Amino acid sequence: MTAQGQTPGLRYPSNKKTIYDRNLSRSKNSELSRAAFAYLFVEMISYAQKRVKGIADLEKRLNNQGYPLGLKLLELLLARAPPNSALRPTRILPLLQFIAQTLWRHLFNRPADALERSENDASQYMLYDNDPMVNQYISLPREMSQLNCAAFVAGIIEGVCDGAGFATQGVSAHSVGEEPGGEKGSMWPGKTVFLIKFREEVLEREEILGRGG
Amino acid sequence: MSYYFVIIGTKDNPLFEHEFGTSKQGGDGIARFREDARHMNQFIVHSSLDIVEEIQWGGPQAGGQMYLKHIDRFQSSYISCFLTATNNKFLLLTSPTASPAPSSLTRTSTSRTSYPASSTYNPTAPATEEAIKNFFLDVYDAWVKTVMNPFYSLDQRVTSPVFKGRVAGAAKKYL
Repeated sequence: MTAQGQTPGLRYPSNKKTIYDRNLSRSKNSELSRAAFAYLFVEMISYAQKRVKGIADLEKRLNNQGYPLGLKLLELLLARAPPNSALRPTRILPLLQFIAQTLWRHLFNRPADALERSENDASQYMLYDNDPMVNQYISLPREMSQLNCAAFVAGIIEGVCDGAGFATQGVSAHSVGEEPGGEKGSMWPGKTVFLIKFREEVLEREEILGRGG
Repeated sequence: MSYYFVIIGTKDNPLFEHEFGTSKQGGDGIARFREDARHMNQFIVHSSLDIVEEIQWGGPQAGGQMYLKHIDRFQSSYISCFLTATNNKFLLLTSPTASPAPSSLTRTSTSRTSYPASSTYNPTAPATEEAIKNFFLDVYDAWVKTVMNPFYSLDQRVTSPVFKGRVAGAAKKYL
């Protein structure tokens, strides 16, 4: 049973080309227009903003929009990786490096700027982006200064972590451009930190795997 | 040889099933499972999920590899496994046409009539491992395309006849 010999319809496109006939690496190096993305992203935000109760709710919705993308990107990027290096991330560090390097390069054409582990909470990791591409054309009204639309990207990260089997208690995006008490107008006003907090069972497993060598 | 291929989702739910026979050595590509073996296959595959979970995070064979090779056997059935990035499991049950060993009696002896004794099957032979790996990689390629469909959500059943065609094609090509 193949697409050939079937009548065109919703299931079979008239040019006989289903998604299965396309090469997975076809669009590997192609880029999307930034203006098109910005336009679409604004629409996504205003869609999420409908009937929303507060900023936390809005960020949650943006997060939800990004989540399925993360699941798909994880699968796609590993399928595109050269066969020898196509390893499923089984430890936290390779997973985070995959996000900071492979995923970031795919999405934004550059690696993330820094990756840190929280000092007072072992389950928390911080991923820094000095100038998130998604926030480039977004200026926040004063009453919504808490909002960071990179929550969408946080959703993608959460999808990747969850998909790989590293359940999180949520990934959130926070603006840290103007440090409290610091002088205004720092070098990276849009600097954003993504807080990734893994669940306890993930850390437990990590410890067991670490002991096993 | 007869094969039973199934894709298991992240919640241990089956997403796709396909049965086929070997196309090598003049095989006609039709599965020759006995009627009651069909139910058994599902049980056997399901029980091997425990082993998949044991080795998916590491262990002698894994270490992040997607193809976990042959992981389990039950009587004369062998299970091979392939894990995708999002921890969906591809499981392939191989039921050889080999004559059962003399020591295994009872159940297998009843099925002896339906399995013509011809060759012995060795799941760890490099050629076998390679063939199954190639089969899995072909299916994986089609699988990623399925997943990339924006209308596909996690753990949804795959009903596309084109996907089934792809699996059948890979089966014919390699097994």
